[in-house]
This record gives sequence, structure tokens and C-alpha cells, in this order.
Amino acid sequence: MSDHELRVSKIRSGTVIDHIPGGQALNVLAILDIDGSGGEEVSIGMNVPSDRLGRKDIVKVEGRELSQDEVDVLSLIAPDATINIVRDYDVVDKHRLERPGHVSGVLECPNRNCISTDDEPIDSKFEVLPDGVRCEYCETIVREDIPDRVRSA
Amino acid sequence: MRHDHLVTTKQLSRADIETVLDRAAEIDADPAAFADRHAGTLLGLLFFEPSTRTKMSFETAMKRLGGDVVDMGSVESSSIKKGESLADTVRVIEGYVDGIVLRHPRQGSAKMGGEYVDVPLLNAGDGAGHHPTQTLLDLYTIRENAGLDDLTIGVMGDLKYGRTVHSLAHALTNFDASQHFVSPESLKLPRGVRYDLHEEGASVREHTDLEEVLPELDVLYVTRIQRERFPDENEYREIAGEYRVDAETLSAAEDDLPVMHPLPRVDEIAADVDDTDHATYFEQAHNGVPVRMALLDLLVGDSE
Repeated sequence: MSDHELRVSKIRSGTVIDHIPGGQALNVLAILDIDGSGGEEVSIGMNVPSDRLGRKDIVKVEGRELSQDEVDVLSLIAPDATINIVRDYDVVDKHRLERPGHVSGVLECPNRNCISTDDEPIDSKFEVLPDGVRCEYCETIVREDIPDRVRSA
Repeated sequence: MRHDHLVTTKQLSRADIETVLDRAAEIDADPAAFADRHAGTLLGLLFFEPSTRTKMSFETAMKRLGGDVVDMGSVESSSIKKGESLADTVRVIEGYVDGIVLRHPRQGSAKMGGEYVDVPLLNAGDGAGHHPTQTLLDLYTIRENAGLDDLTIGVMGDLKYGRTVHSLAHALTNFDASQHFVSPESLKLPRGVRYDLHEEGASVREHTDLEEVLPELDVLYVTRIQRERFPDENEYREIAGEYRVDAETLSAAEDDLPVMHPLPRVDEIAADVDDTDHATYFEQAHNGVPVRMALLDLLVGDSE
């Protein structure tokens, strides 16, 4: 284990999300709807040196095993992230993200004339394209700045 | 054809479109045969934006089928003013009527409305999104005047915000039409529509000058460039002037080129075109009744 990984302590059981692009850890938590109010122990490493990414973020969530469906949505902002499921300090499952077909309630549509930005009882819905996302209500395509579209936690 | 809702022309196949147009032709040929076909059917008109043609032709269509309409009236006089959500409004109205016609300023409003109701919901314009019933009457008019096969069409004006343009472009991909889009740079087709047309393998070319393409057109479809799309009055006047059609412009076109417009026009088609054989826009507006009768006949009520 290299020195920099020790800056974020090991967890006993839970989920480690590694290889997040530097600076995106808080967006990762926002997407996962983890804001600390649920009582989870959450550790964050930001801008940690990484051979592969230059700088990377790491998020560790104690006591919660995130499912593939829950984490796949992270591929929109962290396509190279890896997910480690930890039990009693051992990594029992390690996998990459798969790009989902659709995401709901995660991104905000940038089109101010879209019905999903009004005060209606609906979640935003986006189709995931090979190179972006598309609002399923107003059909606006977003290719750039997807992290800026993550709805506030 | 049986769709729960009519939200966008993207949901329609060529066969669906032809079913509507064929039914409209039957109605046109013998309106009396359809006069009592939907007695007792009640259509709810929810127009959150002003409308003359679309609303009145839906009302006429329902009444000519023997049914009736209930109209929400203007937004100012309704509970929307009190802050009611669209999702609530459509769920309430659904309990009163057999079908809903919705016009709303927000894109995606018809799709969302359709998620909340079981009665058929027909999109009569959702912001800069879609206007499928207009497209069906446009296609009916094109079929009557030029035919839908091997069509070369020019669409000119505000292609960015013009919902009739977006719906028509999608529908024409079913007929392998050659589509020429003529507009100022700032009002070109939106990225989403271009993406869809590309995915469909549509034949699309974009121009800034009508003269480049006018002589080869079978149909010219003109839309209004709206003042509010421009920050500056002078810029608007200059650009709107460049995309105006008059009898002289049309001297370079085929003699029988139908000129269409979803109306209302301001001055993008000069009044001197009205007296030429090109003028097809009033016939087009009139076709709104048989085509909407056909749609109501197919989608609303208990007919086969």
C-alpha cells in the first residue's frame, strides 16, 4: 500500500469508490444522495496523487454496500471509477462502472423551459447517450459540463 | 392505430400517419357520414398559451363528430393562477372528459401530462418542443398538393424554436424526404433535432439563403421569425426582411410550388403571394378540421 492511500483510513465494512477524477468527490456524494444526515461514516480523499489519473478522489462509505445500480450512475462523472465492497477489512468484490441506459433524479436539465425544471412532482429523467445525456422531457442534449448538472444534494 | 397519447411525431410510423391521413380524406369526402359518430364524447381543452387555429379547429372537429368540448379558459381565470401544478390539473380534468388537448409553454409538458392520465392526451404544442397535430395537417396538405413520395421540401424561418418545424422534420423521415432547412445562423435547428435526423439517416441540408435551393423545391414551408428571439429591434428587422417571401421571390420557383405556413404570419409571406397559385396556407389551415376529426375519431371515444 502506498503512502497516499493511508491518508484516508481503512474501513471495516462498506464501499470504497476509487479513481474518481480529482475534485468530483462531492458530486459523487451528491449523486449517491449521501450528505451525512443518514449517519453513515464517510471519508473523503481529494486530489490524491494517482499514477493513472494524476490526481484522484476517493470516497469511503462505512456500513453500506452500494449496489451496481446505485453506482452505475456515477459513470456520468467518473467513468474510470472502481468500486470495492469491503467486509471485515477484506475487499470481497471489486468492479468497474457500467454506463446505465437512463438516469433519474440525478441531473438537472439546463433548459429553463423544460417542464422538469418547474415545480412539478417529477424527477428529471435522462437517456444516456454514448457521448452525453439527453433530457427525456425536453430532449435537450448535454455533452459538456455534466458534473455541473448534478442536482444539489 | 392505437396510441394512448399523441405527444410527438417521433412515435408515429409511416403506417400510423397514413391511417390518419386516409381517415381525414374519408371525412373530407363525406363529412355527413361522421356527423354523429362521437355523440356524447367530451373533449377537454387545456390551453395555457393563446391559440386561435389549433383550439378552434379542435373544437370544430369535436363538434362536427357530434361531441362537445369543455374549455379551461384563460390561465388568468383558472386555478393555475393559484399555483396548481400541471400534474394536478390534468389529473382533475381527466375525471371530467374523454380526451385532453394540451398546449403549454414548457417543453416536455405533454409527455409529463401523459404520465399522469389514462384518457388520451393530445399535444397541441409544448413550448419549442413538438406540435404533432399541426404536422399531420401539414402532411395532409403536402400529400394533396405535391405527394409525399420523392419529396424535396424547403423549410424556412425560425427553425430553432419552431415546434411545427421540429415535428414536421421528424415525420418526414418516414417518407425519405429530402429536407432543406433555410434560416439565419442564430435560428438553426436545435442540436436535439439534428441528432434525431442524423440517427434516422435523413437527407438534410442547411442553408442561410433560400435562393440556393428554391428552384428544386416541391414544397416551401415558411415559419414566422419572432421579434422576441432577438435582443435588438434593428437586428430583428434586418434578419426578418431577409427571410421574407413575395411574388417576385417565387418567380425563381416551380410555377406550381405550394407555399405553406402554419400561420399566423406577420409579413414573412407578402400579401401579393395570396393571389398566386403558390398560396396554400389557407387551405392548410382549413385542413386542420378534417385531420383533427380523424385523430379524435381514431384516438378518443369508442369508435373502432
